[in-house]
Amino acid sequence: MFKSIGKSRGESVTIVFEGRSLVVAKKLNVAAALLESGVTSFRQGEVNLNNRGPYCMMGVCFDCLITIDGLEKQQSCLIQVREGMIISRQNVNVSDDNE
Amino acid sequence: MNDSTYDLIIIGAGPAGLSAATLVSEYKIKALILDENRAPGGQIYRGIEANQKNTHNLGSGYQQGLGLVQSFRAANLEYRCSAKVWYLSNDGKVSYSIAGKSYSVHGKQILIATGAQERPFPLLGWTLDGVMSAGAAQILLKESGVVCENAVFIGTGPLLYLIAHQYISVGTPIKAIIDTTPRGNYYQALKHCFGGLWGIKDIIQGWRWRREIIQSNTQFISNVDDVRISGSDSVKSVDYLKNGIWQNLQCEHAFIHQGVVPDINISLSVGCEKIWNERLACWTIRTNEHCESSIKGISVAGDACTINGGVAAAHKGSIAALNILSQLNIISTSQRDKLVKPFKRTLKVEIAPRAFLDALFKPDQRYRIPKDDNTIVCRCEEISLADIKDSIRIGCVGANQLKCFSRCGMGLCQGRFCGLSASEIMAKELGVATSNIGYFNIRPPIKPVTLGELATLDEV
Repeated sequence: MFKSIGKSRGESVTIVFEGRSLVVAKKLNVAAALLESGVTSFRQGEVNLNNRGPYCMMGVCFDCLITIDGLEKQQSCLIQVREGMIISRQNVNVSDDNE
Repeated sequence: MNDSTYDLIIIGAGPAGLSAATLVSEYKIKALILDENRAPGGQIYRGIEANQKNTHNLGSGYQQGLGLVQSFRAANLEYRCSAKVWYLSNDGKVSYSIAGKSYSVHGKQILIATGAQERPFPLLGWTLDGVMSAGAAQILLKESGVVCENAVFIGTGPLLYLIAHQYISVGTPIKAIIDTTPRGNYYQALKHCFGGLWGIKDIIQGWRWRREIIQSNTQFISNVDDVRISGSDSVKSVDYLKNGIWQNLQCEHAFIHQGVVPDINISLSVGCEKIWNERLACWTIRTNEHCESSIKGISVAGDACTINGGVAAAHKGSIAALNILSQLNIISTSQRDKLVKPFKRTLKVEIAPRAFLDALFKPDQRYRIPKDDNTIVCRCEEISLADIKDSIRIGCVGANQLKCFSRCGMGLCQGRFCGLSASEIMAKELGVATSNIGYFNIRPPIKPVTLGELATLDEV
């Protein structure tokens, strides 16, 4: 389980993940904010559709991809949270692929 | 001179990029520093400005970065953070994007200072939800103040002990550390113990951390013969083979690490010559004593070239910067040779213990080349060892061909977490040297970029 250390987390913002409101520290990147909120699975693997989450936290692995404000495949470890950010899982759209 | 033309463009704001930038700021040149992070410091000094008041828990090595970042800030250079560089041409054109908008600039001289990344660690189960790299654990702690309790750490290398030390310092319990350092490495390292004497302070520091880990309530498990991570969709346990018996540790999180390797993608994309370094078991970029690559006008400094650590990287950045100034006719070559001397001297001392450290922490072949056919090698495209072996069976003979045969290396990370494994696996399977197998051809864009981002470029 991930958690924040230190007494004060500073300023907070509210983000929405999969319809759920989360109050998180403003200084965090999206990946850290979700991990600290108990979310570890960010997307589906492209091939086996299994749960995947951040691996490197430094912009190299592309495992932490997520949809932010409608924009797909964003590297959540490199983007800071913003008030009102709408985030959803990066799921593989199987039906689209079959069209 | 056009607005978008610079004397020097530095890619990366870690120790090498920062020291180079600070040095050139004393001369009248137009320089631009591009960096992917939100703040300067690179990975090693990540979050250093925000952590100013509580760096003691993170170790003295981390504190050293503050001066570097402060000098850089004081130099007041043109610096763009959160900038994703996705194209570099051999005549110095650089394209990058910030928040979805792309820009194109030109540098008479380019300094690549993109640092290192963690070496792939293809264990069975390493793609499961709940497995992250130990470097990631450290970045979460340094930048975000976020930790994970009761995780299992697996692997080898100084960074693994450092993060364990940092976790213990901030009072975060670790379930266990599984040390995969091969027994034979201690004997190999002894051969280089003379060089090791130069770095005796660091080595003693390392042993202190190790002792601290053992003295805390953390289980320390060494001399294991195999490790795997189990779970159907998320981590349920870490299993290890010791004395012929598989044992398991129930856990929800595992952090894995087996050293760092140069981040070579941008250098390779522009055609810089690479060399296989057997001591480090990775690809490095060929440079001369001035950090110049095989491409004119493109220098590579710090861990982006070869692994020598953050302190050495800062010296290399200064050495590269002085040569670049002479290339720009700002200083003469004789001035360069005079000014470079103190940096070369300190660099020599800094590099002296590397042979010892590299031998001690060289990851075992069994963890670089997986044994179990079901092990995922390419995380993005979920290509297993068996898939790679199948490709070889039907005639695949080179790393680059492997992309066409199997899609290994074709995902969004562009081979960063499978390329090294793929080269070594193919070399072993085909019974040839890794240098003969080569590496994936890396082509721009070196970071995924949307058509929308491309369309924002101001040029035709």
